[in-house]
Amino acid sequence: MSLLSTLARLEAVRSGRAEPLATVRHRHLSERPMVVVPLAAAGESGAPLAVLLGTDRSAPRLHIVPQPLNRTQRFDFLARVAADLLPYLESFGGEVEQIEGSTTDPATGEKTQVLRELCADAPQLIVPNGSSVRHLALLGRSTRFRRTAEDADPGPYPAPTRVPLLGRWLTHLTERAQVPGSSLLLPMTALLARHWATGQSHLEDQHLAAQLAWHFPRPGLTGTETALLAETERDAQGRLTHPPAGPVTDPRFDELLLAPAITRHDAALAALAALQEGPAHAEHPDHAARVEQARLQADEASEQLHTVLSQALLPTWEDVWRGLDLLYALPPAAHLGERWESDRWSYTGHRDRLAAGEPPQPKQDDAVTAARKLAQREREQARLDVQEALDDPLAMAEHRLAGEAFAGTVVEVTPDYDTSGRSPKPRPLVTVRTADRPHADPGREVHRAGGSPRPEAGGGPSAQKAVIVESDPAGGTVTVRLLSGMGRKKEPEPGSLPEPGDRIVFTLFELTPRQSAPLPEPDDTPWTHGGPPGAADHSLTAAEEWE
Amino acid sequence: MTSTMTFDPSAFDPAPAIATTTTTVPTTPPASPGATADAAVARILAATVRPAPGAPRGVVVDSPPGAGKSTLVVKAAKELVGAGERLMIVAQTNSQVDDLVARLAEKGPELSIGRLHASDSRPSPEALRHANVTPSDKVGALLEHDVVISTAAKWQWVKAEAPWRHAIVDEAYQMRSDALLAVARLFERALFVGDPGQLDPFTVVGTDQWAGLSYDPSSSAVVTLLAHNPEIEPHRLPVSWRLPASAAPLISSAFYPYAPFRSGTGPGERRLTASAASDGSAFDKAIDEAAEHGWALLELPARHTVRTDPQAVAAVASTVGRLLERGLTAHSEQGTAPLTPGRIAVGTAHRDQAAAVRAALAGLGVPVDPAAGPAVTVDTANRLQGREYDVTVVLHPLSGRPDATAFHLETGRLCVLASRHRHACIVVARAGIAEVLDEHPATEPVQLGVTVKFPDGWEANYRMLQHLEEHRVRL
Repeated sequence: MSLLSTLARLEAVRSGRAEPLATVRHRHLSERPMVVVPLAAAGESGAPLAVLLGTDRSAPRLHIVPQPLNRTQRFDFLARVAADLLPYLESFGGEVEQIEGSTTDPATGEKTQVLRELCADAPQLIVPNGSSVRHLALLGRSTRFRRTAEDADPGPYPAPTRVPLLGRWLTHLTERAQVPGSSLLLPMTALLARHWATGQSHLEDQHLAAQLAWHFPRPGLTGTETALLAETERDAQGRLTHPPAGPVTDPRFDELLLAPAITRHDAALAALAALQEGPAHAEHPDHAARVEQARLQADEASEQLHTVLSQALLPTWEDVWRGLDLLYALPPAAHLGERWESDRWSYTGHRDRLAAGEPPQPKQDDAVTAARKLAQREREQARLDVQEALDDPLAMAEHRLAGEAFAGTVVEVTPDYDTSGRSPKPRPLVTVRTADRPHADPGREVHRAGGSPRPEAGGGPSAQKAVIVESDPAGGTVTVRLLSGMGRKKEPEPGSLPEPGDRIVFTLFELTPRQSAPLPEPDDTPWTHGGPPGAADHSLTAAEEWE
Repeated sequence: MTSTMTFDPSAFDPAPAIATTTTTVPTTPPASPGATADAAVARILAATVRPAPGAPRGVVVDSPPGAGKSTLVVKAAKELVGAGERLMIVAQTNSQVDDLVARLAEKGPELSIGRLHASDSRPSPEALRHANVTPSDKVGALLEHDVVISTAAKWQWVKAEAPWRHAIVDEAYQMRSDALLAVARLFERALFVGDPGQLDPFTVVGTDQWAGLSYDPSSSAVVTLLAHNPEIEPHRLPVSWRLPASAAPLISSAFYPYAPFRSGTGPGERRLTASAASDGSAFDKAIDEAAEHGWALLELPARHTVRTDPQAVAAVASTVGRLLERGLTAHSEQGTAPLTPGRIAVGTAHRDQAAAVRAALAGLGVPVDPAAGPAVTVDTANRLQGREYDVTVVLHPLSGRPDATAFHLETGRLCVLASRHRHACIVVARAGIAEVLDEHPATEPVQLGVTVKFPDGWEANYRMLQHLEEHRVRL
């Protein structure tokens, strides 16, 4: 935890309210996000119990598994979720823009122009917390390999047709959520924690209602007190007024409300089945009426179960939307579009793989894929850190406090030239007055935040590097020599130099993340890593037990 | 440690059993450290330069701190080149590469050495001083050289047109598995040399999804290599030439319980003497304690502090200041030499701590800028790996902390900090570390398929602390 966020937490304790950690919103928020609040059944890892989802705050849709241990019911549930969620996920695949790119022919090295499709927008799922992301990942893992009736060999327990497809989407979204700065699937607790500090621990922040309590303290109460109420307050029936945001449920809710409702529903279904299937009773004169009666009772039990679960989910549903309200109120950061474009590429890529009929994502990455993903995540983490610092003075302040950047006012610009080459090049000295204490050893390379503006050049800012010449912590000045971003002529391009009085920020870290080194193709996996993934690995994907 | 039960005919026939015992039990008395080490090195060189037909493609050498790893690399390089091979060497950081280049060039003037570097960085002048070293940022310009050396990061970009037959991977335990994946196509056989007790490679992003896979890209290259090539049996270097007799047994038992090693020198062979007598201060007492016993714990009163604890930082600086003021002399098997700033290092856990110590030392007039002449090295454990000094002053990673996180408990961090010295190590810490350890048992989740590291940081920290408390000086 950085010094600044520790300070913000202390301030939050003192003020009793959440304190800002950011001046802008650092994650893309869709205009039409799909909020998904899942619940898991206790006892079995990854067993779904219910989900509340929708894009309309006033019209959430509830899907439940009436008996969580019944796998047929579980897959019926997944089929309903697929029918509900897939149209949303697929609806962004239609509208595309054409992006010009080039491919290199591996044989000749010749470059050819190609047009590639990029979806104009992409779906966005918002879940309450990080455990919900893991729950969706488990669902994806348990469904994407299922065979369906449409398969050549459907097996003894074919799953509903669209369920494996749902699994592949969930797998893609939860994998993408591992990439720093990505926004296809976002947990609300992490979103809030990035932008505001509360006066409680990171662990306590995992409880969405407790974290929101610091934003909406009850009248006369502090954030701590409201958070405690959010965690412990129960109504007359013994229900938590703010049930855990899932996917786990409150054990007392399970015991007092859920288990009886499930038992009642099971019994009603069993009674109905006995009537319908028992031949002895079929001759009874009132048979039709009794079946009707049992059916009504089963419907009623089902209704009750829905009510119980929807009451457990609705507070969290409302909390997620309240969190979204808070985040929409922040102005978007400047680099959001760039990062969202990566998300759109990710979405487009998955759409294309589905269309091309590729098999589902493997259970485990092979050595090369794992290394590629790690490289991508590290690259994106570096990019995210830099972009957040450039977009947000509060994020940059963290780097300044750590001695990794300094901000100040230009006091002097002295023209100077490098005359070692054929033609002299501009190498002016810039002296900055700053109260920061950067680790600025002479000779250290620094980068001008935002680069040199060069408005007359027509384009955006160009990168501007400099090197520390002198640093005087006592006098509060740092002198740097600019090395680039001044054009090709002897005199610097107008506007490319800062002027005395300008506010300027230099960072000691690079502003463009380095490219990752190339990795071999999976088929060229070297001997040190077990060679190419061969037939031996396929034994891992052996059939799972069904029931 | 696996034990296999197999049918053993000798159990039923006493005659061959006697014959085998007489041939395998050593009849000679325990060999001298030099002879033991030489025998180990000879076995490693034979396996590397003259591999038996069908032998595994990799040779792995586990080396405790200061066991002659670099010397081994130089010897192996010279023998391979002598056998008519061309060779590539992979190290992990630019400073490691520069050190290795300088050492190779000095010990092997007959070798032509290519130093491959990135286009935006220059090798150190020390490495380029020798006539037989050629720097270039293009591998094509270096293909004719006997030995080409670069970092793993740079090697990853080299296109494989003329793969080398042989490679030496230095500091292989600090190399990440994904880096090895990218460079392994460049060679057929390789000698992997490294210290398993030092810091593991790390990443700043989540890697849980690969935990337990044999090729987890964030794990160490050697772990992956051994998982996929179980026929490779790691060699061990059995003698630490750096650590004094006062440190080797402790470091060996605390950090290498399954690969014990000994010191190359005996008790009393290394001595520190001061020309100025103690002024009675705690700093001088700690220095005298360390001079006599090899260890000292300079303990400040218990307190929770910020990372750059000003009092602890000042204590570190004063200790270094007194070390220099008292004109210490180091006597060892290599002769007698004054303890100059260049022979002293300060180790910390965090970079801001190192910066604070550097500032405090500069305030005392102690040279800390290597560009301006011999200077005291002040750096983090990560950057001190592979370095050697006469005396080290260590700011304990848990000093002043209210909690013990996995970072601060990492076995390798303490091991690096406590094993850089030839003579003495002075640890500066706040009291109360034992209590912090008691309150924070290791809580890292156990992952299926991942070998549990033992000793864990908790155990190793306790072991060290127990020993240090016998040499405590209160400030």
